[in-house]
Amino acid sequence: MSNGTDTNFVRGALAPERQPPVVTTGIIGLMRTRLFNSPTNILLTLISAVVLWLLLVPTIRFLFIDAVWQGSDRTACLAENAGHPVGACWPFIQAKFTQLIYGFYPEDQRWRANLTFALAVLLLAPLLVPKIPHKALNAALFFIAFPFLAFFLLHGGGLDGFAFYWIAELFGAAWTPSLTRFWFDFSMTAAFVTMAMLWFGGGWPNGRRAALSSALTFAGIAVVIVALRLDQGGLPIVDTRQWGGLLVTLVVSVTGIVASMPVGIALALGRTSRIPLLRAFSVMFIEFWRGVPLITVLFFATYMLPLFLPGDFTIDALVRVLVGIALFAGAYNAEVIRGGLLAIPRGQREAANALGLSYWKTTGLIVLPQALRHVIPSLVNSFIALFKDTTLVLIVALFDLLGQLRATFADPVWATPTTLFTGFAFTGIIYWIGCFAMSRYSLFVERRLDPHRR
Amino acid sequence: MAAAPRPPPFRPLARLSRILSGGTGWKGMVGQVVFAALLAWLAYDIVTNAQANLQAQRVASGFGFLSSSAGFGVSQALISYSEADSYFRVFEVGLLNTLLVSAIGIVFATVIGFAVAIARLSPNWLLARLAAGYVEVIRNLPLLFQLLFWYLAVLAALPNPRQSLSVFGVAFLNNRGFVVPQMLAEPGARVFMVAIVVAIIASLAMVIVARRRLYRRGERLRIWPFVLVLLIGLPLLSIVLFGAPVRFDMPVLRGFNFAGGMRITTELVALAISLSTYTAAFIAEVVRGGLLAVPKGQTEAGASLGLSRGAILRLVIIPQAMRVILPPLTNQYLNLIKNSSLAVAIGYPDLFSVFAGTALSQTGQAVEIIAMTMAVYLAISLVTSAIMNFYGWRIDRSLRA
Repeated sequence: MSNGTDTNFVRGALAPERQPPVVTTGIIGLMRTRLFNSPTNILLTLISAVVLWLLLVPTIRFLFIDAVWQGSDRTACLAENAGHPVGACWPFIQAKFTQLIYGFYPEDQRWRANLTFALAVLLLAPLLVPKIPHKALNAALFFIAFPFLAFFLLHGGGLDGFAFYWIAELFGAAWTPSLTRFWFDFSMTAAFVTMAMLWFGGGWPNGRRAALSSALTFAGIAVVIVALRLDQGGLPIVDTRQWGGLLVTLVVSVTGIVASMPVGIALALGRTSRIPLLRAFSVMFIEFWRGVPLITVLFFATYMLPLFLPGDFTIDALVRVLVGIALFAGAYNAEVIRGGLLAIPRGQREAANALGLSYWKTTGLIVLPQALRHVIPSLVNSFIALFKDTTLVLIVALFDLLGQLRATFADPVWATPTTLFTGFAFTGIIYWIGCFAMSRYSLFVERRLDPHRR
Repeated sequence: MAAAPRPPPFRPLARLSRILSGGTGWKGMVGQVVFAALLAWLAYDIVTNAQANLQAQRVASGFGFLSSSAGFGVSQALISYSEADSYFRVFEVGLLNTLLVSAIGIVFATVIGFAVAIARLSPNWLLARLAAGYVEVIRNLPLLFQLLFWYLAVLAALPNPRQSLSVFGVAFLNNRGFVVPQMLAEPGARVFMVAIVVAIIASLAMVIVARRRLYRRGERLRIWPFVLVLLIGLPLLSIVLFGAPVRFDMPVLRGFNFAGGMRITTELVALAISLSTYTAAFIAEVVRGGLLAVPKGQTEAGASLGLSRGAILRLVIIPQAMRVILPPLTNQYLNLIKNSSLAVAIGYPDLFSVFAGTALSQTGQAVEIIAMTMAVYLAISLVTSAIMNFYGWRIDRSLRA
């Protein structure tokens, strides 16, 4: 062990520097690895860039740079007056905006539509944020209370009587309505239903909560009745023929969504039921509505539904369409929900049976909540489809957003070469935002519910 | 003293009751009876109401109207049709037009859809983003919106016939439609058709022989030069020997419109474009999902066998992906066929437009006409899904073998 120079090597000079590793992150990395890494890719990149250029530049020029922003009639949107090739004619949208949103809803009553929109947003927004508590109450308010409220707000009209009056009317023995009789009927109904809730809830200590919530619900209904003066004839009636634009689009799609859910759940339960007749009926019903185009359903509702009802019974054109849409969307939802029902392990039902729960309690408390939670993303997808399909009501002469747009094209005051494109751009953006927001929300829910990521 | 053995239960009766109640006992049975009674009552109510209402409107029910003269014109008919023809003829014309636009739509939607899906999975970042943008934009706009956009805004903004956009001087695009040369049969047509059929059959036979050889002995035959010669040479030979099979009737601008040629109406063009681009966006997502569902190891295995990228896609990935793709693809085809009924919005004379539209408003036979229309769409849906199911069954079988 003298100096050890033979066995130990100490480097005298630095090793030569190596090439830095290829950057694979950031813009430069992206260009190196995914845009220009091979001759084919360079070619594809160039072609894509050209296509993108050809699409984007005219669109931006049309919407912003060449657009006309102010004016009172078509002359503002003509090239010789604007002094440059004209893109979007935004004054046209400004002039037709209210018509596109409300249709021919009377101008002095539009606050009612606005109030309905505001209420919908107020109730829907907290429903969509998972962190906000009291989902059950919120959902009940939105899916059950809101439709009634929206009906009285948008359509107007009042109530002649309450439950006892309706039952009496059904048997052809109604009395002449008056204010005192109405409130007597209402309080009788409230007391009766609350007592029934107490009874079915299992007597005083157990049924307390059910009775309390029933009493609170009736109190809420009473507040609404007083606020909207439903007992004294209510708001002036706006016939559905005057509705139009985005209002109709939203009414049809929201009603379709709300009404198709119970239909879908019932059909899905029927299809998975063990009772043969019920199952056969559900299968036939679902396959029938799924096999025909929505337009034929709308025609069916418009032309054949009135034939099926007694002669002295007329129903509104909008209501007929809503019935058709609810049945059609219900059949689609039924298949989605059936998927969720099949995904619930058998053990869940067996455990519920072992606890002695009845079929309805098993289904309502154990199986359905889990099944519905499984299929929320698919349900949202079918809601998107429904939202897009509401445009078809224009074929049975209801003026939704698209129908209203088409009607505005007939106005000679605004006939310019770019009017059509402007109108389509504006409504297209509205539809696109609605559908895109829903699809992103469904992705968000899917990710949240995905057990592998939790 | 042993107890007398209990007699076995009367089997058929027990079985019958189990079948009738679905194993739910008497409760289910009662529920079933109540349900059936309710349905019967509803049906009775509907029928009596409909009868009373129709009587009040003085509409004679039944299908007798089908043989009476329709008396309205149809802008496009694949079979001969005149105003004097019967409503049944109208029904046939509409049905053929529906089938025509559906077939065109399905072909284009499939091609565009596969292309967009493959572009979306391309390693090229820009191309993938472009394809994703296409899907997001098209999928989130209502079909009727797109249809009206193409029809009212794009195709109506085309120049008039005198300033038509010319496609290589043989086809012309203007606001009245797409004018293309019309093919008229010449005497040599029959021989030409026979030559094509023979060439196709011979090529198919060669493909089968080659495939059998590949599976039996592992030899790969180079058959494509022969196939090419057959498919091009035989028809060419027939042209040389017997003259051209078809004469092209070229469209010529005469006065304010084109004379000669064949006009594809704007309605058909708009409907075909919007149906195929719209459905293609959905097909692209279906195909992308299917391709992603094939494990990555399959690609790697193919690569380690020395197959090229194209061969991996064609021989390894797509056959396996097809199994996943086929059922949702069938759904998209069915949607396309059903959506073709939107033609009524722009006046393309499809089944719905001429039959449930014009014929219905003329005769007032709502029940019969709507029932017939719905039945036809149901039948088309069932036939399409049967064909696709058969195809899926064959794929399944060949993959299992």
